[in-house]
Amino acid sequence: MESIKIKAIDRDGVGHTIEAPVDMNLNLMEALKGSGLDVKATCGGMALCSTCHVYILTEHKLPEPTEDEEDMLDSAFLVEDNSRLGCQLRIEPDMDGLAVQLAPDGD
Amino acid sequence: MIKTDILIIGAGPTGLFAVFEAGLLRLRCHLIDSLPQAGGQLAEIYPKKPIYDIPGMPEVLAGDLVDGLMKQAAPFKPGFTLGERAESLKKSEDGHFVVTTNKGTVHSAPVVAIAGGLGSFEPRKPPLGNIADFEDKGVAYMVKDPEDYRDKRVVIAGGGDSALDWAIYLADVASEVTLVHRREGFRAAVDSVEKARALDKEGKIRLLTSAQVTGLSGNGRLQSVLINHKKKGGIELETDFFIPLFGLIPKLGPIADWGLDIKDNAIRVDTFDYSTNVPGIYAIGDINTYPGKLKLILCGFHEATLMCQSAFRRINPDKKVSFKYTTVSGIEGF
Repeated sequence: MESIKIKAIDRDGVGHTIEAPVDMNLNLMEALKGSGLDVKATCGGMALCSTCHVYILTEHKLPEPTEDEEDMLDSAFLVEDNSRLGCQLRIEPDMDGLAVQLAPDGD
Repeated sequence: MIKTDILIIGAGPTGLFAVFEAGLLRLRCHLIDSLPQAGGQLAEIYPKKPIYDIPGMPEVLAGDLVDGLMKQAAPFKPGFTLGERAESLKKSEDGHFVVTTNKGTVHSAPVVAIAGGLGSFEPRKPPLGNIADFEDKGVAYMVKDPEDYRDKRVVIAGGGDSALDWAIYLADVASEVTLVHRREGFRAAVDSVEKARALDKEGKIRLLTSAQVTGLSGNGRLQSVLINHKKKGGIELETDFFIPLFGLIPKLGPIADWGLDIKDNAIRVDTFDYSTNVPGIYAIGDINTYPGKLKLILCGFHEATLMCQSAFRRINPDKKVSFKYTTVSGIEGF
């Protein structure tokens, strides 16, 4: 099974290197959550809750956010130009080496 | 006091199906939900999304599934306490559970089934370090009484319907209304967006787009919000009130204090009958956890069914459960 490595920085600033298979139709939210990172993913990946809000730290070329994703980022906090919803990013081979940071979570 | 056989906390798909299964056993149900309508997440978060994994229904819209579950439960005349959050649980002298909501509605039942999904929906609070210091001292997460804002300065944050609707409404009430939103576009109804833009032109409200509130300051009471504007940089805006409207998020809430065995925001149950560590209290659907748990609607249906059998034995210790197929006996409502 082919997999890629992703670096994820949690909300305490601690870095984790996770492995994500590319042939499981996973998205970034699922990969992060599956590796034990604190991603609530309330809506289960439908771009409906913004609890998987992450900052992309590397220059990887990712698909542009859809209108749904932009809409839902409105309910996230501290949104930056590099903000994305993890659930909307499908794990692909060219994402190897991606680094992301979990965005601050509202209470 | 509302009395019933099974008091169900949470009117999502699992809770609604429990009404049907309980009804087949001649048990009556009453449901409490913090949302104003039945259906839980399906109605609140994704009514227009298709679901593909309900057995026998290749594709069904979440809202339609809720409608179907309501129809299926209807012969058994469930009661509803909607728009109220189950707050406290006590045991009365007769051994029944007494559950009181945040609005003071009292319910009593020999069995409680918690079908609360991910918890009750509550306003999202922005992660601004000192925001808790200003709650009820200038910061509000919902507009309870618009008159509170008469002739005051108000900053609203958010880009959805509630943010725009309140900005528009308060334009005639407050002395100054500023709506802060992170981008130029809004996800709200087109009408509201146009109206807000018109009010902005007339100088009745101020739309501050491409901007986000990043800090709060004050001395005991909120005095100003710090705003980061994409082009203008940091702005400090004096205000009397700050109302962040970023939608709702489910939280376990008061259930966490009911003496139940909780692990990672879920209630541990025995998969024999989905009973919790407190005899008479069950947990079904997304809110429970056990080895192999999957948060799926179809699993919630199964859990609800087994829970009802166990609840029957508990409520009628001397009676034998007579298991019947609906194809044989049909549906006999109340």
